[in-house]
Amino acid sequence: MKLYDAATVLRSKNSGPFEITLDVLFSDPDIYYKLKQQELINKELVSRLYHIPEDRITHIVFYDQALGFKITFSRTVSSGTFLDRDVYGAQQHAPLMELEVEL
Amino acid sequence: MLKESFRILAPCGMLGYGFPKASFMKGMELKPDAIVVDAGSTDAGPHKLGAGTAIVSRQACKKDLEIMITEGVKAGIPVIIGSAGGSGARVHVEWTQSIVMDILQERGIGGIKLAMIRADIPHEVVEAKQQAGQCEPLGLSVAPLTPERLQATSGIVAQMGHEPIMEALAAGADIIICGRAYDPSPFAAVAMSRGYDAALAYHLGKILECAALSAEPGTTKDCMLGTLKNDSFIVQPLSDARRCTAVSVAAHTFYEKEHPYLLHGPGLVLNLEECQFTELGDGSVEVSGSKMELTPVYKIKLEGAMKVAYRTFVVAGVRDPLLIARIEEVEELVKQQVQSDYQEVPQDDYRIHFINYGLNGVLGELEPRRTPAHELGVVLEVVAKTQELANAICSSLRSTFLHYGYEGRKATAGNLAFPFAPSDVPFGAVYEFSVYHLMEVTDGLEMFPIDYIEVKP
Repeated sequence: MKLYDAATVLRSKNSGPFEITLDVLFSDPDIYYKLKQQELINKELVSRLYHIPEDRITHIVFYDQALGFKITFSRTVSSGTFLDRDVYGAQQHAPLMELEVEL
Repeated sequence: MLKESFRILAPCGMLGYGFPKASFMKGMELKPDAIVVDAGSTDAGPHKLGAGTAIVSRQACKKDLEIMITEGVKAGIPVIIGSAGGSGARVHVEWTQSIVMDILQERGIGGIKLAMIRADIPHEVVEAKQQAGQCEPLGLSVAPLTPERLQATSGIVAQMGHEPIMEALAAGADIIICGRAYDPSPFAAVAMSRGYDAALAYHLGKILECAALSAEPGTTKDCMLGTLKNDSFIVQPLSDARRCTAVSVAAHTFYEKEHPYLLHGPGLVLNLEECQFTELGDGSVEVSGSKMELTPVYKIKLEGAMKVAYRTFVVAGVRDPLLIARIEEVEELVKQQVQSDYQEVPQDDYRIHFINYGLNGVLGELEPRRTPAHELGVVLEVVAKTQELANAICSSLRSTFLHYGYEGRKATAGNLAFPFAPSDVPFGAVYEFSVYHLMEVTDGLEMFPIDYIEVKP
């Protein structure tokens, strides 16, 4: 299935004007822990999905209490200036949504 | 001696966004010890700070403040506004102050003390700190702050911590208007001033600064009550339509933050890795285990914006499949044609850019799917040193694109569908965050002076 079928919340947003952060939250602990254990979500995957070098990815963190994980990477163009396409960073999650996961 | 509990009412996640009066009054019935609201954000981009404008309208801000101030004064509890006017520069603090004064006058409220805490950082301070190696960019893509960029920056603010707000409270301020503040700090300050644990106070502040966003369904436009106790806190929505769950409250620290459980603030790091979230069965959630460490060196986050250009743009549609098939190639040719027509203008004085919605408009180079839709929305954008030049180049770009005879064209009457006449929109100034740095300071009070006004009875 696609990651968006498995997740309850799948979103992107600025974390400050120079970073985009992706949040994936689940309501089913089984799905969350299965995905966490698969170790599928890593820098190599994010680099491939977003065509960005791994050194631009600053955080990939799982937080069990929230049943979710977070991916943060730096922008090439900061929010709201010339060449930016998404001032709030709110529509940068789509490439991650379509990730195929096996549960 | 510590009171058994301390209650903070958070009316909404952004001053001016509005909130249901019923929720607010339900909160007041529960006898809160303070009303605190965050008014700040960098979300809307750099122009608010650069141009000194507010995020919400004066009317919207006044509407929210009217109820907060009248009820706060009646109950004899402090009302605190964080990051006044959105960006928290002097102009934003003064704007908020004038709204507060209007309300006090119109309602005949007096015998109270106002505190205004400034968060403006003089350019020469930043320059000196840079030279001393005490001011570093925050993040991989922040450009170095050259003397030219610093000079071009219109105003610099720093996010304050709890210290100056606690000082204003100790001085007996009833209404505190903070310049730029770390979002949770005004909430933390009011609880810490009564002796409550800093880590719990900051974690509660992190949740309350967005009001009911951590409830389900979440929103910034409804009220939330936070109750601090000795070794935990409780968050409780004030509308029957919402409930907090252990997961909704735990997940809240994901929002807009680079890390889900390590949060960096002025002089501190909050660590929520070991937190416990317990549902109390009435829609509220109790949180414990929040930890906080003070950093060895006190650093404050600076924000500053500079004007980089002026923009003119055109919105157009393309439905012709022959053009859609080669849109980027044609755009490049159109751009070259305009550059060649304007040879007398140095090429550094302007830049041409196209955004193709239906192809990769939102994601740009990050877009994995490159199949165009059956129609495209095209934004023709020109930025230039002056508005006049941006207008001139954009006009030429639009007419060149409209009539460009690309190879294989059949539609010889025009390439673009304009939804509006006139088609060209002079936009005004374009800003950029030029300062996003961490600066070392002696302590949390050094950079944040406080002015007081006694409003006569």
